[in-house]
Formats: sequence, structure tokens, C-alpha cells
Amino acid sequence: MEKTIQNANSKVPPSEGFREAYILHLADSSLILSHRNSEWCGHGPVLEQDIAITNISLDLLGLARNYYQYAAELIGDTDEDKLAYLRTEREFKNLLLVEQPNIDWAQTILRQYLFSQFQFFLQEQLQHNDDKKLAAIAEKSQKETRYHIRWSGEWVIRLGNGTEESHDRMINAINNLWGYTGEMFIPVEYEKEAGIDYALIKNQWEEKINEVFSEATLSTVDSTKKTFMHTGGKTGTHTENLGFILTDLQYLQRTYPGVEW
Amino acid sequence: MPVQDLEKKFQEKIDNEVKIEPKDWMPEAYRKTNLRQISQHAHSEVVGMLPEGNWITRAPSLKRKAILLAKVQDEAGHGLYLYSAAETLGMGRDEMINDLHSGKAKYSSIFNYPTLTWADIGAIGWLVDGAAIMNQVMLTRTSYGPYARAMVRICKEESFHQRQGFESLLVLSRGSKEQKEMCQDAINRWWWPALMMFGPKDSESSHSEQSMLWKIKRKSNDELRQNFVDMIAEQVKVLGMTLPDPDLKWNEQRKHYDFGEINWEEFWNVVKGNGPCNKQRLDARRKAHDEGKWVREAALAYAAKKAAERKDAA
Repeated sequence: MEKTIQNANSKVPPSEGFREAYILHLADSSLILSHRNSEWCGHGPVLEQDIAITNISLDLLGLARNYYQYAAELIGDTDEDKLAYLRTEREFKNLLLVEQPNIDWAQTILRQYLFSQFQFFLQEQLQHNDDKKLAAIAEKSQKETRYHIRWSGEWVIRLGNGTEESHDRMINAINNLWGYTGEMFIPVEYEKEAGIDYALIKNQWEEKINEVFSEATLSTVDSTKKTFMHTGGKTGTHTENLGFILTDLQYLQRTYPGVEW
Repeated sequence: MPVQDLEKKFQEKIDNEVKIEPKDWMPEAYRKTNLRQISQHAHSEVVGMLPEGNWITRAPSLKRKAILLAKVQDEAGHGLYLYSAAETLGMGRDEMINDLHSGKAKYSSIFNYPTLTWADIGAIGWLVDGAAIMNQVMLTRTSYGPYARAMVRICKEESFHQRQGFESLLVLSRGSKEQKEMCQDAINRWWWPALMMFGPKDSESSHSEQSMLWKIKRKSNDELRQNFVDMIAEQVKVLGMTLPDPDLKWNEQRKHYDFGEINWEEFWNVVKGNGPCNKQRLDARRKAHDEGKWVREAALAYAAKKAAERKDAA
């Protein structure tokens, strides 16, 4: 049983098991990436892309809500908002990758691409999961995820093979984010019972990333070379970014506890 | 055909409720007035994303966050249709955006007010979108075809936004003491600026007369403002809140609400750039545009490379 750190305001009962933890992990990653993308709303490089990134933010928020609602059902005596708004930095289980700051358009679309491509192969397996509800949520999300991959992948190619500046910015984004990708494929305790073949996802993911990077004239991944990978997000040890995200996200629920909005 | 005849034919069309289309002959002043108004409207949608966008990351529930994100995204979409409608009058979107950033083109002054609390998001939906709808419903019958058609689509979404804003305030008005106070405070701050959205009094309005003759406008500023006051004065009762106007009262003779005098000094001050957020709003738009420059350039460079490859392959 995974130990969860309890806090006075937390509405997550200590009975949270592997399945609940796993679903919360999926929910948290979607919510935090949605949050990051939503920071672009009104500030995008061109109006059409402002709309596109907000769309992806909305899709991820919708997916997060499906997962939180399901987790709430399993945990009992809680709801989607309590799970999103009243858990602490040490209780959130999202991937470190998704909490990394926007920095610029290159880092934003690369973060999306690296995540969506992973999410796609993960959901491909999840949609056959013994947990029918989880399988249904994953299946429903695939159509959106395909669009996210196409949109963000096209941007990786466009910026990689655009101007010298955009190419340099892509390299910078890869340098910033690459060390956070390994975590996706290293299962923690609660993931081991989910019946996912992470080695397979890693191979599929690398193959796709290499295809897109090569079209983008960016150096491809040499999987035989060992690069240090940061871990910890999935068990609640985050980068300093998450505390600020939650401060924003949870401000009203924390300031005025227990009311309807 | 001599110009006088063209003008006569043009006015006949308008009098007979035939829409003017981009390829039709139109007086230069008609084209300019529409271009000014439609581009200003487009800019208002885009600048209007900022005050509400301010609360997206802090929305108090996942449902409210989804509603707010979708709403701000709708506004970006409205901006797009309106820029397209304005482009039919012969100016490109880049040029319009440059005019916004240089201060040559205006946008609705309402967006120069700050969103200080969560209740402001509800108040904007209810009062600001409510005021905008009054104007926009009229514009669905405006004489310039592309503008009228854009408005039909926009109005549907705007009335949805207004209901969502009202519903969000309704929850606050039935909530805790702090929520009720937050709700009343937001109404107090947004009421007068919302009334100012209808523009100067008819007696002071410089563009009104010709615009009415050309059916660009079909109701006067004061008429629209009165309709708005009549609507909101009733709706505020459902919230159990009040409007910050001691002179507001039902006039049985006129069958309308009487209301107090708008602070026109404040109105002109904000128009002239001295509102609480004029600088911040324009700075934010310029920053997004400037920081997006390399992205737009990269997209163009990539498209050019691909086009060259296709040409070589052919």
C-alpha cells in the first residue's frame, strides 16, 4: 500500500489503494497540463493557435474530470473538486514533465507532443483494461489525443525545420524537457498492477518521436545512450513548479472552504 | 453610372432591406464606417479575452474552469469571424492589428476595468455580455451582409454566456456571507461601466445620424441603454442584490426605469486611455504579438520550404 501524506484539509481517506492512486495519477497529469496550456489563453502567437491550445486545454480538463469523478466514486465521500482542489503538492501524482513552465511556444508544443504521444500508446493498452470504466475513459479520449499528437507534432516539425531561431528554440526546449521524459516509462508501485507494458510503450514512443524529430531536422534519440532521468512526480516529489500551480489553482477553495461555486 | 445615381441605388437597397455585399458599390464613408466599427468590434473580442482570462487558472471548480475556458475561447472565435468580415472591406488583419497596437484603432472601454475577484467573472457575463447582446441583436439586422451574418452566429453564443454569468452570480448570491458580499461588490463596480458601453448620449454622439440612415445602426445609444436598464433592473431582483444607483426607479408613465446620470468624465477619461487597465491591456496584446513573431515567421518559412519542395517534385 502506498503511503499518502495526509493534511488537515485533505479529503482523501487513507484507504486510497493502488487503483485509486493510479487513476489520480492519470487525472493529475491531465489537469496540470491543461492548467499550463490554459496560461496561453489570450496570449497565443496568433489567434488561430490561441484557440487550438485552449481547445487542448479543455480536452485535457474534460479528461481529468472523468478520471477524478471515477476516482471519487472508488474512494467514496469525496468529489472531483475536493480531489483537485484540496490535495497538496505531496499528494499530487502528475508527471514532472507536465508541470514544466511554458517558457515559449517551442517548449509548450514539445511538452504537449512528448506527453500526447505517450498518452496515446498508454491509452491504446488502457482501453483493453480489465477495469471497464477506466477502459471506457481511455477509449473515449483517443480521438482527442490523436488530434493533439497531430497538432503538436506538426508544430515540432514546423519549428524544427522553420527558421534558425525556431530551430534553436526547439533544441533548447528538448534540452529543458528531455530529462523529464524517462519518468513516463518507469512504473511506480501503483502502476505495476494496472497491467501496462511500459517497455512496449517506450519502444513505440521512441520510434514515433524519432520519426517526427527526423522530419523536423532535430537530432534523434539514441536509446542505447544512457541519459539521466528525473523521477518523483508520480509519488509526490515534484519540481518547485507545482507549488505555484496549486497556489493558483486552489486559491478560492482554500480561502473560502466548504462553499458552493 | 454617375455617382449620384449609384448613391441613389445604394440608398434604395438599404431602404428596401437588401443587404450590401462586399462586391457592391458603396459610398466610401459607408465602407470606412463599417470597417472602423467591425474592426473595433473584433479588437474588443480579442482584448476582452484578457480580463476574463485573468481568472482561468484560479477558477474555483473544475466545472467553472471549463465554462470559463470555453467562453474565452468563443471570444477568440468571434474575433476571427469579425476580422474576416472586416477584411471584406479591404483591410488585412495584420494592418488592423497594427492599428490596435499603435492606439489608432479603439476597442470597447469596458475591458479597461480590472477583474478583481471571482464574482467579476459572473458580473462580466451578466452585465457586459448582457449589454453587448443589446447592441449585437440590433446588428444582426445591420445593412452590411458579412457583419450581419457574423452577428447571428455571435449572438447565439453571447446569450449563452450571459445565462452562464447570471447563473454563476446566482450561486454566489445564495452562498456564504463572503460570497454575497463579493457578488454585490462586483455588481457595484461593473454596473456603471456597463451602462457606458452604449456610448455617449444621442445628443453627443458623432456617428449616429448617418449610421441610422444607412441602417448600420438601427437603434440609438439611449434607446439601447434604456432597454438594458429595464432588463437588468428586473433580473437583479432575482439575485436579491441591488444596483448602485439611488435614482433607479420604475416610471409608470414612461413604462421604463428612470436612472441616474452616468459619470461622463470617467467615460471620456477611459476612452482617452486613462482607465485602470488601458496600458496593461495594450501591453499584453503587444507582448503576445511581439513574442509570437518568431513563431509566425517559422511557420511561413516552413510553408515556403514545403511549397518549394512540391514545385521541385512536380
